Amino acid sequence: MDVTHALAAGMGGIRTAGDLVARMQMSRGMRLTEAKEYVAAKLGCSIVDLSDSYAMEQIRGEKGLGRILDHSNLHPGEPNAMMAKFRIAELLGISINSVERFRELSGL
Amino acid sequence: MELRIPTRMGDGFMVAMTRSELRADIEDATAEAARKAKAPPLTAGEQEHLLDIYASPAAFTAVDIGDQVVLSCDGGGSKMTGTDLQDLLESEQRLGQDILELWHIEYSYKAIKTILPFQQQVMQNVQMMLTAPVQYGAQPNLAFYSRPDGPVDNWFELLPRGDIPGARAAIEEAMDLATKDFVYVGEGMLDAGADGMDFDTTGGAGDGDFLSALRAVKHLREKYPDAGIEVGMAGEFTIGVHGELEWEGRRLAGLWPKGQLEVCQDAGVTLFGPAVNINTGKSCCWNTAYSLTVIKPCMDVARIPVHPNVGQGVCGVPVNGYPAEDAVSRAAKAHVEILRCDGL
Repeated sequence: MDVTHALAAGMGGIRTAGDLVARMQMSRGMRLTEAKEYVAAKLGCSIVDLSDSYAMEQIRGEKGLGRILDHSNLHPGEPNAMMAKFRIAELLGISINSVERFRELSGL
Repeated sequence: MELRIPTRMGDGFMVAMTRSELRADIEDATAEAARKAKAPPLTAGEQEHLLDIYASPAAFTAVDIGDQVVLSCDGGGSKMTGTDLQDLLESEQRLGQDILELWHIEYSYKAIKTILPFQQQVMQNVQMMLTAPVQYGAQPNLAFYSRPDGPVDNWFELLPRGDIPGARAAIEEAMDLATKDFVYVGEGMLDAGADGMDFDTTGGAGDGDFLSALRAVKHLREKYPDAGIEVGMAGEFTIGVHGELEWEGRRLAGLWPKGQLEVCQDAGVTLFGPAVNINTGKSCCWNTAYSLTVIKPCMDVARIPVHPNVGQGVCGVPVNGYPAEDAVSRAAKAHVEILRCDGL
């Protein structure tokens, strides 16, 4: 069922900008249209680009926002996971809880 | 002779219906939902759109390009892929989920309280390895606070005996214990780095279940202003097991999704998940029409994202452990395109 929903209606998570739009819904309570417009403006792309895995793979790579990793698509030396979340927080102008926890616990 | 189209009943069983029969189901469902929820029926255009979605023999359907929505995947993953960390990585990297959820198979706040440090450690590790937001989820399950599972008198035994004051007192005692647990777990998981909390299947034990969760939401919102807080409902109608409980002057018993949403957003919720239970004796087409009619009034008053629950047995998805793709994709497309909801 998870796969069905992902293919039928899902934005695509980190394959696209689904996680970024989701963060605006979660942290600011933005409705979908407002959240998509906000993220598109921050990324400098169109609304349709946000759920286009081709476009977002390029944009995420350029901005260091973390990308899907597999044997044919590896990016050593590029930010992912926690490293990417530092950049996402800065790009979107939001506080990400785990980033703040990391900063605090690592003494940064 | 009119063409018969393969479609499904609410329990997932495949049947064949004509376009006229599907149309009749939609008209019947939206009229019944409108009468019960005191909501307007679907417009003629919406009914025609829904009919086009269901009167198709396609094995799969999807929303238009660019219309995709955020998926908050409550209880996502399989729990069969090694560790929770591996399961969540797979959900992020392979399934492309937008909001992931760490959860334990004992999916109640009361139970999670006893293993909180273990879940906190998993959350801390998960947050190091994932890019997408990860919330923590469990159910309020107020009934677990009553005997024989909990310390409080069992109101479901007291009510049939006519001891309404005793039952209400028991519910109120259970609510105090439950809210403390929700806050304890919520603070613990947010302190461990969670992006948000999910109160899943809220209201399953009635208005007391709902109120105990709302109290916890308010507390967590005040302490963690940036945290995501999702409340997903158990059903389309809040059952008044207590009957007199209120949220800031508004009676909870008898609330339909629009009212549920209003109290949730006032309490500080950032994602609201309405749930409309399946009628297994009706077609999925009937059930989706019913669900859309009941939820639609939410969309006009929502200040926060609305993510209809399209899991097993709610909002047009068959009540089946392994719901068929044709039925699931139709329910998803219908809710996104007709409600213009913010996610699923």
